Amino acid sequence: MYVAVKGGEAAIDNAHRLLADRRRGNRDVADLGLDQIMEQLSLAVDRVMSEGALYDRELAALAIKQARGDLIEAIFLARAYRTTLPRFGYTQPVDTGRMQVERRISACFKDLPGGQLLGPTFDYTHRLLDPALAGGAAPETPEVREPDAAPMMRVSDFLGQEGLLEPAPDPADKPVPDDIARNPMSYPMDRDARLQALARGDEGFLLSMGYSTQRGYARSHPFAGEIRIGEVELEIAVPELDFAAPLGRIQVTECQMVNQFQGSAKAPPQFTCGYGLVFGQAERKSMAMALVDRALRATELGEDLTAPAQDEEFVIAHSDNVQATGFVEHLKLPHYVDFQSELNLVRQMRAEVEARGETHQEAAE
Amino acid sequence: MQDNDPPLMRVVNLTHMYGDRIGCRDVSFDLYPGEVLAVVGESGSGKTTLLNCVSGRQQCSAGTISYRMRDRRLQDLNAMSEAERRFLMRTDWGFVHQNPADGLRMNVSAGANVGERLMAVGQRHYGRIRETADDWLGRVEIGHDRIDDRPGTFSGGMRQRLQIARNLVTGPRLVFMDEPTGGLDVSVQARLLDLLRGLVDDLGLSAIVVTHDLAVARLLSQRMMVMKDGQVIETGLTDRVLDDPQAPYTQLLVSSILQV
Amino acid sequence: MNSLDAGREQVIATYNFAYLDEQTKRMIRRAILKSIAVPGYQVPFASREMPMPYGWGTGGVQVTAAIIGPDDRLKVIDQGADDTTNAISIRKFFERTTGVETTTLTADASIIQTRHRIPETPLTAGQILVFQVPIPEPLRFLEPRETETRTMHALEEYGVMHVKLYEDIARHGHIATTYAYPVKVEGRYVTDPSPTPKFDNPKMHRNPALQLFGAGREMRIYAIPPWTEVVSLDFEDHPFEVQAFERPCALCGADDVFLDEVITDDRGGRMFVCSDTDHCNTRQAEGHAGEQEA
Ligand SMILES: Nc1ncnc2c1ncn2[C@@H]1O[C@H](COP(=O)(O)OP(=O)(O)O)[C@@H](O)[C@H]1O
Ligand SMILES: [Mg+2]
Ligand SMILES: [Zn+2]
Repeated sequence: MYVAVKGGEAAIDNAHRLLADRRRGNRDVADLGLDQIMEQLSLAVDRVMSEGALYDRELAALAIKQARGDLIEAIFLARAYRTTLPRFGYTQPVDTGRMQVERRISACFKDLPGGQLLGPTFDYTHRLLDPALAGGAAPETPEVREPDAAPMMRVSDFLGQEGLLEPAPDPADKPVPDDIARNPMSYPMDRDARLQALARGDEGFLLSMGYSTQRGYARSHPFAGEIRIGEVELEIAVPELDFAAPLGRIQVTECQMVNQFQGSAKAPPQFTCGYGLVFGQAERKSMAMALVDRALRATELGEDLTAPAQDEEFVIAHSDNVQATGFVEHLKLPHYVDFQSELNLVRQMRAEVEARGETHQEAAE
Repeated sequence: MQDNDPPLMRVVNLTHMYGDRIGCRDVSFDLYPGEVLAVVGESGSGKTTLLNCVSGRQQCSAGTISYRMRDRRLQDLNAMSEAERRFLMRTDWGFVHQNPADGLRMNVSAGANVGERLMAVGQRHYGRIRETADDWLGRVEIGHDRIDDRPGTFSGGMRQRLQIARNLVTGPRLVFMDEPTGGLDVSVQARLLDLLRGLVDDLGLSAIVVTHDLAVARLLSQRMMVMKDGQVIETGLTDRVLDDPQAPYTQLLVSSILQV
Repeated sequence: MNSLDAGREQVIATYNFAYLDEQTKRMIRRAILKSIAVPGYQVPFASREMPMPYGWGTGGVQVTAAIIGPDDRLKVIDQGADDTTNAISIRKFFERTTGVETTTLTADASIIQTRHRIPETPLTAGQILVFQVPIPEPLRFLEPRETETRTMHALEEYGVMHVKLYEDIARHGHIATTYAYPVKVEGRYVTDPSPTPKFDNPKMHRNPALQLFGAGREMRIYAIPPWTEVVSLDFEDHPFEVQAFERPCALCGADDVFLDEVITDDRGGRMFVCSDTDHCNTRQAEGHAGEQEA
């Protein structure tokens, strides 16, 4: 005899206890500390901060631990927390020209004021697994440069002086930026809103989209004009004060892609810029973001729309991994009712075909 | 007859610029009810630009386009709302693209392609919609057994005829055509032209036909405009322009192409 | 290295009534009011990340969170049932964040949040039915572009919707859409009823309850105010029809309800029971019995 299933609530609770158990794993192995995650998995922490759109290393580390290292799940945790926080105001635009630079490279100039600074990079490492690291060998002490208070001029500033590079948009044109976390997005978007969406977009998705532009789907002849990583000061304007109040420093990665541009009816021949700015050390993401930003400017620059990376609705609507993972994974929720409807329809249609004497059996004979 | 009837469409000093480049400049003409006007000229002379502007598919840079509505009022197209313009485009006007894929829904059946405009204006009886679609397929010489097939399974000529049926089903008064025989081979072209001429006569349609082929102009139109570098350099009755061209450029055009 | 300090733990642990902050609730309420003023029109709203994934009811949860008060009594169903996992999870969420009373009885609830069904028990004036919506745009699968569908709605260009129904009939002899069957609301907007079976469409018409629809990932809210006209699209000679089941519910004998098919053994044995568990239980308690019970 059939009895409707009950006890879903107990099953859910037990599943969650099992999850907590598996997350902890073998109790003989030391529990992972948030400090260890922050210090030793810092690029994972950076990714959770940027795509979670919440600059907080400890919370990001907690999210990673809670998510068992599943970064998209961790990003989701960070976002769901962030959305409950009150919005106090907007900082002044960050001046990356005044960045305390730890890494700075340009693919356009051999040497330039301030020099090429390699910083802590995987570039030029041979990707050989290192058994010594598994054994916990202590690293050598590196040589570090004296902190330099003097600002390091950006490549875009050099090129801009000659008028060879399009001028950066003037913040005064739009004193209050759009805020995609507070206003519904609508297409077509302004570039500021689009850049916000890209900044928290999925690294893998942007990487593929950016890559596609290099393979001829909206080719933009990019040069890595400059990539710089370092700390910048956040400041906020307070009505009572006549100077901007400092809030603290955050680490960011900035990429300015310089792209060849033939000129159009509206603009002279010059280099154009694709822009990427991401929390923490996130070079790959910032470069991909800059490529995609440039591709999405096709309409503004009067270029033909031929490739997926130029399609704003396509790119922006599918770049958010919290949205994407939710909707893909919702397919495992029950769909009994819809499936039942389709089941009845397929049965009905099969019966109709059979009634017309057109069974596939007969057709085969 | 044309002298007594007021014009159906009046275009005055129409200009369209693509940045610094001229699309078309200072074009003026009247189109009368039942008249077919051919716009001829070499590639790049501005024919498509002109057609897109007068058909409301492209906003012109300067000039006015007015259309006589069914209530006989002359309406400025630019003063119409987007909704009114779109309604006009799917009821009283037709637009036949050179490439049928641009004017058809390739992923639905021929019957649905023809029926779409009827449904768009509110017809809700499946049987009657299908009957009308079937009738129109017959008129453009597409077999009745093809009504449930998608246009992808049709030849180029059939697709073009399907596109024509799809446009004419709501009984429009004015049809715009951009190189309607452009992509077809010669024998298919001839058959399509015959069909078009018959339909235009039967239905008393007005039409503006863009073509670089003077034979098409000769066969379909009563009047023609010759364009060069975005401007109209000669206009007149088709027979007169082709038999006795005035502008040196038209003379060149006629002598080099119209040998047959 | 300092771990999370006690102060922060407190901040994480305390949430506002119904989770959302009051500013956010006001923003959502404004969207709801607008949606009621323009029935069937999709109002954009700044959807928040919720502590459950997008696609799992975040739109409905935000709508419920914005309208719920301490005196409300909440019912949550998924596929018509109160005891499906997602329904349980959402009900627990509101129990934890609001402390309001919950119920499984349709008639006792002031707010019913639902996924994929409208209860069989008729709703009454004063009740609010909150739908969870995955894709609010009825034109989406005919035209993927938001900019274009917005224009189509604005200009009432709905011909393409009937093109799809035409194609169904041409191919199958009848309309082959069984759920998320498009409706026209108050003679103006073509609207997606969410993926409810078309069996439930007639219940939307002139319903005394307020019907609110929330799509979190797609950031849209729309509404069907009480007593609003809701017409399922069709042709005069192929009128809209709901599914009919050959047998009544095996448990309560109801023959005017939507049934779930349950596979009972591995030899193809199956039975049909109410998808609305509350309705079925209530009927059984009233003494109705189906073939299994008889
Ligand atoms: N989208 C466009 N952008 C810029 N220039 C255009 C565009 N379309 C057409 N033109 C230019 O306008 C002129 C007229 O073109 P067109 O109207 O297509 O001529 P036709 O149809 O007679 O071949 C040409 O010089 C062409 O290069
Ligand atoms: Mg042309
Ligand atoms: Zn039952």
